[in-house]
Amino acid sequence: MVGAGLVVIGVGLGIGMIGKGAMEGIARQPEAAGKIQTAMLIAAALIEGIGFAALFAV
Amino acid sequence: MYLKTYANFAPQKNWLIINPMRQLITLCFILIFQVFSFASKPTEDVSTENLDRKELMKREIKEVISHHLVDSYDFTILSDKEGHHYGFPLPVILFDNGLKIFSSSEFHHGEKVVEKGGQYYAIYHGKIYKTDAQGTIHHNEKHIVTNERPLDLSITKNVVMIIITGLLMLWLFASLAKSYAKNNGVPKGFGRFFEPLVMYIKDEIAIPNIGEKRYKLYMPYLLTVFFFIWILNMFGLTPLGVNVTGNIAVTFGLAILTFLITNFTGKKDYWKHLFDPLGDSMPWIAKIPLYIILIPIEILGVFIKPFSLLIRLYANMSAGHVVLMSLIGLIFIFQSWVGGPMSFALTFVIVLIKVMVCLLQAYIFTMLSALYFGMASEEHDHGHEHETAH
Repeated sequence: MVGAGLVVIGVGLGIGMIGKGAMEGIARQPEAAGKIQTAMLIAAALIEGIGFAALFAV
Repeated sequence: MYLKTYANFAPQKNWLIINPMRQLITLCFILIFQVFSFASKPTEDVSTENLDRKELMKREIKEVISHHLVDSYDFTILSDKEGHHYGFPLPVILFDNGLKIFSSSEFHHGEKVVEKGGQYYAIYHGKIYKTDAQGTIHHNEKHIVTNERPLDLSITKNVVMIIITGLLMLWLFASLAKSYAKNNGVPKGFGRFFEPLVMYIKDEIAIPNIGEKRYKLYMPYLLTVFFFIWILNMFGLTPLGVNVTGNIAVTFGLAILTFLITNFTGKKDYWKHLFDPLGDSMPWIAKIPLYIILIPIEILGVFIKPFSLLIRLYANMSAGHVVLMSLIGLIFIFQSWVGGPMSFALTFVIVLIKVMVCLLQAYIFTMLSALYFGMASEEHDHGHEHETAH
């Protein structure tokens, strides 16, 4: 139970940091918004994958 | 220039059309792995205590959720309170001292014990077990069923959905290719919807990861997997109760395919990098202590990468469906003028997010598969690299 909560905290922090980096990148260079968005989604899916795996193992 | 781009890829049928051989092989894998599919529902003792209305509602909602998530031997679309099921039963194919084929309607939705060739079978929590004449199920101390299971190759609901999706994709893309050939490279109709998708997979997923020279070899598999997963995920969102990609056996089959293709089409550099990652940069004797740690990690990595693909798709889809059904059940639990519409709005928003997640998961699976193929089939020019570095 507590483990599941910790996992979700980790996933939330990780994806939040990716989002922050992505927003800053788009703010600096709006032409690269498409590529930054793609890379952000990929990284978010990877982190979510680990999060789900941990949740299901628990 | 415009026309040249179209003429470049339209008449080449070898990689634009989804390869039907791959679909057949995927089907066979998934059918074989139905044996290992399991339903992850905790076994509770259903006892009749004083249950008030909310408890009954929660129990019924749990049953509906399990019905949506679990594979079943008949295709019921609806079932109302008196127990009338609208749907049709599917054949059950068992291999237990001989091939036994019968219709699942003999089970009467899990109530009766079927006797075939001297052996009794009963359904318990969605799976067929060998029992005796009364249909007793033995549990051990940890509440795990200890009856034996026969080899189960039956056509269950998931297999029917996979076959339907396969035929749908075959029809879709065959007619797409025909319309390309007829219109001389210009898409018409729903070709206009699929062309940007296919070009996106070719330009953004295949070529950057695999490279210009060898991407055509992998394109049929990538295209098939992308549309297969997308269509199956979309079917899971409908109220038909089919949850194919949320079944670990199906995603296991897909991950095994990626694993086999990575390893069988890898070049010599791939194996060399597995067993000799540092290469010529260190003398021979200094590498041994490092390799004792590095090589097991590299070998584990070969297995863990497709395993992560498997877990990601399975967990996203099945957890997403559980959340969605629970939210719909929340509407029934509240049953008030304020709580009902609010949970309806919440459910609506989450459904939209789930639709995006379906596409995203298909895209991620395809992209990571392309990445693994690229890592397996890249060619290094070690000598040239060292020259340009200095």
